[in-house]
Amino acid sequence: MELEPGTFLFDAWTARYALLNGLRVTITSSVFSIVLASLAGLILGIVLSYAWWPLRLLVRLYVDVMRGIPVLVLILFTYYGLALFRINVPPYWAGVIALAAFATAHVAENLRGAVQSVPAGQMEAAKAIGLTFPKRLWYVIVPQAIRRMLPPWVNTCLEIVKGTTLLSVIGVVELLLANQQVIARNYMVVEFYLMSAVIYLVLNFSIAQLGALLERRFSYIRY
Amino acid sequence: MSEQVLLAARGVRKSFGEVEVLKGIDLDVRQGQVVSLIGASGSGKTTFLRCVNLLEEHDHGDILLDGDPIGYRVEGGRRRRLSEAKVSAQRARIGMVFQSFNLFPHLTAEGNVMLGLTKVLGKGKAEAKDIAGQWLDRVGLGERRGYYPYQLSGGQQQRVAIARAVAMQPRLLLFDEVTSALDPELVSEVLGVMQKLAESGMTMLVVSHEMLFVRDVSHHVVFMDGGRVAQAGTPQEVFGNPESERLRGFLGRFHGLFGQAA
Amino acid sequence: MIQYYFDWGVIWRSWDKFAAALGLGLTLAVVSLAIGTVIGLAGAMARVYGSRWVAWPVWLYVEFIRNVPLLLLVFFIYFGLPEFGIYFLDKTQSFVLTLSLYAGAYMTEVFRGGLASVPRQYMEAAKAIGMRPWQRQRYVVLPVMFRITLPAVSNNLISLFKDTSLAAAIAIPELTFVARQINANTFRVMEAWLTASALYLVTCYVIAMLLRLVERRYASIR
Repeated sequence: MELEPGTFLFDAWTARYALLNGLRVTITSSVFSIVLASLAGLILGIVLSYAWWPLRLLVRLYVDVMRGIPVLVLILFTYYGLALFRINVPPYWAGVIALAAFATAHVAENLRGAVQSVPAGQMEAAKAIGLTFPKRLWYVIVPQAIRRMLPPWVNTCLEIVKGTTLLSVIGVVELLLANQQVIARNYMVVEFYLMSAVIYLVLNFSIAQLGALLERRFSYIRY
Repeated sequence: MSEQVLLAARGVRKSFGEVEVLKGIDLDVRQGQVVSLIGASGSGKTTFLRCVNLLEEHDHGDILLDGDPIGYRVEGGRRRRLSEAKVSAQRARIGMVFQSFNLFPHLTAEGNVMLGLTKVLGKGKAEAKDIAGQWLDRVGLGERRGYYPYQLSGGQQQRVAIARAVAMQPRLLLFDEVTSALDPELVSEVLGVMQKLAESGMTMLVVSHEMLFVRDVSHHVVFMDGGRVAQAGTPQEVFGNPESERLRGFLGRFHGLFGQAA
Repeated sequence: MIQYYFDWGVIWRSWDKFAAALGLGLTLAVVSLAIGTVIGLAGAMARVYGSRWVAWPVWLYVEFIRNVPLLLLVFFIYFGLPEFGIYFLDKTQSFVLTLSLYAGAYMTEVFRGGLASVPRQYMEAAKAIGMRPWQRQRYVVLPVMFRITLPAVSNNLISLFKDTSLAAAIAIPELTFVARQINANTFRVMEAWLTASALYLVTCYVIAMLLRLVERRYASIR
């Protein structure tokens, strides 16, 4: 195919560095958010399941607040709020923090549900053979909860990837905004939005496939 | 027996994939009779019952209700499956009570009985309510007509299911191991209702493991083994004079029950 | 860190704006859920009972919508439809269309799962009393399915309400838009966002409570 000026392929090729950079921002912000949310969610989830009740209540409050506020509001609030206190945080990190804070709540809640679904007898049996609390968690409860945990966790990852588009609202040039900047120059609305849609589809399908692979890996756990 | 034959099975065969579960069943149920099917699990009793009500389709042979083939008509020597509407109409003439009750969870006891009356038989609401009330009274649940299934015990749910089936005034009533899913102490209330129905002249085809009930209430007992009718006759004949080793073995499991009887 | 003095005066003076914005957001969510429910029912029926040629496009629709970010869909439909000669949708209608298609995809999945989880025995019991196929759907399968899926539908409504925040991106004056406006015009940053957050939170909570009541009313299935 000829690459003539004014065609979609030509414009896409011309803008390839800007677009690839947008994709890079989408991927890195997703990865940072997922890692942060998974770590924080793991801790809060265990607090939610086992901790002293005032602590549990506090985390419960956090989880419910996070689940009742739109992610976009969290992102805007974080961005403008941090700027207000002269905390010099680039929009990229403000966005990652907000996304992670939101996803942490989901991971924590899912972990709690998964832990609860492990039969009570498992904990008792683990106690009976004299395992300490962290060991009971690590060797008995978590391995069993992980299978239950995996599908919602993959779902949260997908939500995060889609959620990174919201960073465009505070000026982070991720994939969506990178495309919009191209569209603003050449008005090829359908072509470039469709292309970015396909890229998101590919990203999310890959994550879903990876999730399915992991699920199969843990499928020996049955109860 | 002089009563006319209501249900006749002739050489009924049925396979699930490679496995042939019914290997040619011949059986008559006469008007007003209670016929019981007994046999080990896997002998084909339940499958046969489901074929009678067209929940399964048999592959060969005939099942005739009042002389009409069930589920198909013969056209130029070939079997043609009936339309869903015709099949539904045939099913309406045969009642069925399931092992797991299968009450509609979104309807009250009364609503469960009324649904078929209004939607299948086209009766008015008031009349259907009336009939439902009568039948719920007959099974001893008049007081509970407004309860939802989850608010009823297993035995009560099964009695509602029986009321739902008889209220349609079927020609024939099928019972598929209706007490097997019940706690032992709830079995007798359901059997009591069935016995009253039998005494009122209802034609019934019963799959059951309740041997005392089978012996005392049936007119005719059919012992099935490996997809065939192995022995059939009056309860006295079947229980008193088991011909095959298999039947003796099967009945032996219930030996304590019969003790000096038979 | 600098000192921040709260001044709620601005918020009080624009309470009517917030109220209108909240009403608009709720309307957008409810209308989209209603249209989405119709789409979802049709989609689920097509996927469960339809032939391959009906089921496959529905599958494609569902997967596309669920894997593409909502904000992208909002822009795509708002800026894209005129390219196809559709000029007569204003921004609110265009957003409702987007959110309805979005809700429709999720509801298709909800109802598909619901249909699959209606126990087969109820169908058999309906057959045994001689009900015809459409009667079995109308009087047994759908009522049971609705009760099974009610909690999922509630969750969808709450999600949709939160998703109306994206309408701010095309300047529809719902809560997020109003908060951002006040934030920009008055620099009452904390007040604006705290108010918006609280309004979202309380509304979600109230919706959840109300729907819990509805669920209890229909809790005949255990």
